[in-house]
Amino acid sequence: MESNMQSAITVQKLTKNYEEGATGTLALRGVDLDVHPGELLMLMGPSGSGKTTLLSIMGCILTATSGSVRVAGREVVGLNEKQLPALRLEHIGFVFQGFNLFPTLTAGENVELMLDLKGVSTAKAKKRSQELLEQVGLGEKYSAFPADLSGGQKQRVAIARALAGDPGIILADEPTAALDSHTGRNVMEMMSDLAHKRQRAVVIVTHDSRVLNFADRIVRIEDGAIASNTEAEMVPAGVLSLNQPQAAIGLV
Amino acid sequence: MPPLAQRNLFHDKVRLTVTLTGIVFSVVLIVVQLGLFLGFTTATSNLIDHSGADLWITSKNVPYVEQGVAFSERKLNQVRAVPGVADAQKLIARWTQWKRHDGGQDSVQIVGINVDDTLERPWNLVQGRVEDLKSPDAVILDELYKQKLGVTAVGEVFEIGGHRARVVGFTHGIRSFTTSPYVFTTFKNAQNYTSLREDQTMFILVKVAPGASLEQVRRDLLNNVKDVEVFKTSEFSRMTTFYWMFTTGAGVAVLIAAVLGLVVGFVVVAQTIYATTVDHIREYGTLKAMGAPNSYVYKVIMKQAAIAAVMGYVLGMIVSVFVVNGSQKGGAAILMPPSMAVGMFFLTLLMCVGAALVSINKVTRIDPAMVFKG
Ligand SMILES: Nc1ncnc2c1ncn2[C@@H]1O[C@H](COP(=O)(O)OP(=O)(O)OP(=O)(O)O)[C@@H](O)[C@H]1O
Ligand SMILES: [Mg+2]
Repeated sequence: MESNMQSAITVQKLTKNYEEGATGTLALRGVDLDVHPGELLMLMGPSGSGKTTLLSIMGCILTATSGSVRVAGREVVGLNEKQLPALRLEHIGFVFQGFNLFPTLTAGENVELMLDLKGVSTAKAKKRSQELLEQVGLGEKYSAFPADLSGGQKQRVAIARALAGDPGIILADEPTAALDSHTGRNVMEMMSDLAHKRQRAVVIVTHDSRVLNFADRIVRIEDGAIASNTEAEMVPAGVLSLNQPQAAIGLV
Repeated sequence: MPPLAQRNLFHDKVRLTVTLTGIVFSVVLIVVQLGLFLGFTTATSNLIDHSGADLWITSKNVPYVEQGVAFSERKLNQVRAVPGVADAQKLIARWTQWKRHDGGQDSVQIVGINVDDTLERPWNLVQGRVEDLKSPDAVILDELYKQKLGVTAVGEVFEIGGHRARVVGFTHGIRSFTTSPYVFTTFKNAQNYTSLREDQTMFILVKVAPGASLEQVRRDLLNNVKDVEVFKTSEFSRMTTFYWMFTTGAGVAVLIAAVLGLVVGFVVVAQTIYATTVDHIREYGTLKAMGAPNSYVYKVIMKQAAIAAVMGYVLGMIVSVFVVNGSQKGGAAILMPPSMAVGMFFLTLLMCVGAALVSINKVTRIDPAMVFKG
């Protein structure tokens, strides 16, 4: 259990049954996974395999049916509706496929909303959000509304917003799916820096084979269970450049 | 907090317009109805409240001032003999017919007083003096009813109850709740106009000597004067108001209209705030996923409601002031004392915030996991 102490997230024997219909849907059936600070982990797998479900449970926005999930050393299974938001606020930053920016707020205000949630005073938040936007290369876009930004710019605002909470863990569900490949790489570079230069634990669900070479580890889920869990060095370099992620992982 | 509530509220201009229209409608309707109620209440007991008397003596079983029954004026001496009575005066208040120059008839309420005394004198005179009533057949009425009674100027002569009447002055703002205007005249004239027997009166007004106990004088009057009721002025005022407002249903009708105004405002605001909440449900889901507690999201929604309330109140009050001012020239006054304007603000706020509570349930049930759904 020594290694668990260093893990940002530790998942053990995790199951999730969506209680719908007569029997429900068993979306996760016994998942074990560790995510470490400084590591960029990619979750892959066919549609409906349980990637989003796993990410949601690790992000404390969905409760598990059984098993154990430790986030920043704390067991979250069994926590109640009041304790979970506080935990998310402290430890987790989300990045979404659809950006989920607040359309009526400017880029700066979007970031400030997160800072306000964290209890940062208005004056400090203004300064800090400007800095965060500069970090993602959008220093000039403080007053722009999301509708006036490109997809890549929106995702960078979303990343700045996630970073505003200074979370140890960043969880992203298909963050590049709505972006062209150049912009997608740009966003991935940013995520990679977060893991490698700033020691965040980064988990990215993706179908996008173009960005696989950013991964330190690739976890493949099939039918609610982990099919493979591979360190990136072990993935033959040539394979990663193929536009066929399924094939790439299948080789290992 | 970044201005999420304001921006979301102002984002959809059409919906904001609907919201504000609902609130303005509600505010105006409530102000007008409550103002009417207040105006009615004031009008019903106008004569009693301005009488200057401490006690009203009536025949038995008189439920309100318009339902006075004549009794012998000899009781006046018995009243004056009771210790603690400083002043006692006969008063006639009775319906009769006013004949216009065009031959048409109108019902009026004759108020017959002792012009040499201080009790129940016409007030707010804008033309003429109370003393002018001493000239033969003189009457004073309110300028509000000039048109209704076909009067244009002082000096004109009419017929009341078959007897000659000459207008010598006008008052301002003495409304009657019934459609029959008050016509002030001397006690003697009043007897003629209302065909009252020469030895009869309808009320006796009593002023209690300084230092004397009102309650004691009242009891002594009841013990010493037969077949009469003795009411404190405030009591008789309340009885009269109660009769007109509740026994006749007039007051209930306006109060119901006021409540309807509140209900309409509530429903419109509840509906539009709810629709706005549903529109922005993904944002609220994102907020919750980011770690915002439910209370943070409630605050955003309540702030929207409060901003709408303040805007709707201001607009509603502007409209109301015009309506209230306009009513001053009409037959029914709408009164809006400052306390009502202040009370209305809190009522509007309460209405909007209350209506927003309908959306709270929706927010509570937002599953933050929705943020990952397409
Ligand atoms: N809220 C829900 N209620 C019921 N069943 C659900 C719910 N969410 C997901 N599921 C089911 O759980 C299984 C896993 O879904 P999940 O969304 O985790 O898959 P995924 O790997 O993210 O798929 P995709 O690649 O299409 O996003 C699927 O069978 C899905 O139908
Ligand atoms: Mg998914």
